[in-house]
Amino acid sequence: MSEHEPGSEPVHGQVETDDEEDKAGKGAALWTYIAPLITFVLIIGIWYLISYGRMDAVRRRTALPAPHTVFEDGLLVWEDRKGLKPILEALLVTSRVALIGLGISIAIGVLLAVVMNTAKWAERSIFPYAVIIQVTPILALVPLIRNWYGFGISARVVVCVLIAIFPVITNTLFGLQSAKEGHHDLFTLHHANWLTRLWRLEMPGAMPAFLTGMRIAAGGCVIGAVVGDFFFRQGEIGLGRLIDNYQKDTRIPELFTATIVACLFGIAIFLIVGWISNRTLKHWHESARNYT
Amino acid sequence: MGDVAPALKFERISKTFPDGTEALDGISFSVSMGEFVTIVGPSGCGKSTLLRIASGLLEPTSGRVEADRERIGYVFQDATLLDWRNVQNNVELLPQLHGFPKAERKRLASEAIELVGLQGFERHYPKSLSGGMKMRVSLARTLTLAPPLFLFDEPFAAVDEITRQRLNEETQALFQREGFAGLFITHSISEAVFMSTRVMVMSARPGRILSEHDVPFSYPRQADLRFDSKFGELCGEVSAALEGAHGSEDGHE
Repeated sequence: MSEHEPGSEPVHGQVETDDEEDKAGKGAALWTYIAPLITFVLIIGIWYLISYGRMDAVRRRTALPAPHTVFEDGLLVWEDRKGLKPILEALLVTSRVALIGLGISIAIGVLLAVVMNTAKWAERSIFPYAVIIQVTPILALVPLIRNWYGFGISARVVVCVLIAIFPVITNTLFGLQSAKEGHHDLFTLHHANWLTRLWRLEMPGAMPAFLTGMRIAAGGCVIGAVVGDFFFRQGEIGLGRLIDNYQKDTRIPELFTATIVACLFGIAIFLIVGWISNRTLKHWHESARNYT
Repeated sequence: MGDVAPALKFERISKTFPDGTEALDGISFSVSMGEFVTIVGPSGCGKSTLLRIASGLLEPTSGRVEADRERIGYVFQDATLLDWRNVQNNVELLPQLHGFPKAERKRLASEAIELVGLQGFERHYPKSLSGGMKMRVSLARTLTLAPPLFLFDEPFAAVDEITRQRLNEETQALFQREGFAGLFITHSISEAVFMSTRVMVMSARPGRILSEHDVPFSYPRQADLRFDSKFGELCGEVSAALEGAHGSEDGHE
């Protein structure tokens, strides 16, 4: 999905003089939208070329249907068990899992980071296990999770949390520890207690790093929700299982549609978190510019 | 000024760091309300260490400090503003830490902002301020508590010469108005002489007080005092004393 490259298009060097800066600004803004659009059209073109140029009718149905077929059979059909409707219903299930997972990851992750920030021994005793959670292949944990949590929403949320919590912990901890010594001295001189220091200095100072962690975690949660759904082949149908089913039934246009919807959902989450990030940091942090 | 109880008093202060570095050796002097004392010395002579001891951030190895630390003023080398707070909220920080009610906080901050000439910049964030303006915000923040004891740790070292001179003029005006006890640390001799009632020259490590120089000029001091022949004479005197301050180790000034 190449439609959303954030404003890094090569539009410099056209106009140098001051009085034409305004024009260049407008041109740059226009290019931000036009450039990815051109890429999009190119991709669709190549898609058509391969679909019609390299495949016979059967393979075109089972491997790579033309874009308009995906559009007609997947996006335009709205029936109980066909087309877009079941896909959007599955999206609802998946997004609920992803958002709950993200919420829990943030809550527990920030809490752990705060605990680890209070004492070196706390950090030493927790950090190795956070790493272990991060490096253990999630697939290896699926049987256990199934035993403990069954097939319902909680099992899928657990998968999300296992994927997403590490970036929240590490980034938040890094942020909390990045308060400068001068600032700590200032707070010490004015008799600030532990809570005041955390609330007025360390937490706000940790925001940029925390938001970076949240952005990674949000992407992880979307993947976790789809993957978890894919593994636990029971319970409510989410996007992961729907994709699995369509693949088995060779309903390829709908398979494509479901995949695209999953992508769009990921992008939406990414953009929302980016927007929150940007709004929070726009006055003070360098990184805020990157999201505009 | 023996008739006033000093706001800060050092008695035979020595400091040796755990790695064996002797930073200070037997420092004794005091600063009373209405006195502005500046310490000049080669870099690494322990000036900042002395200031940290005065503030209580650091304990001396031996000796005694008496200081009024309840609402201490400490201006750091760096402006140490909180990047996520605008000027107004940065200046309100200290009253906030001391639990002042919101209305009081606002009033104190507005007064302090006016004193350093930053009206109109209340909604600006540190990112958009110059180095000199950030330092002014830092000064304003310290002023909100009307500290009886005001410590300055080379606060103007990082700004350009013109800004520095203006900040010197503003600082001595603030001193004249507020009448606090000031202890200022610097490398710059003219900065020291321009603002102070007394200049102390400190030796290279371990830091000792080598000489004291009373500065007779009355306040308010005008910018052109720097071209006064007596001013130049005093600077020369301090400079000569400083020559002797560089021990066997060369302080590269």
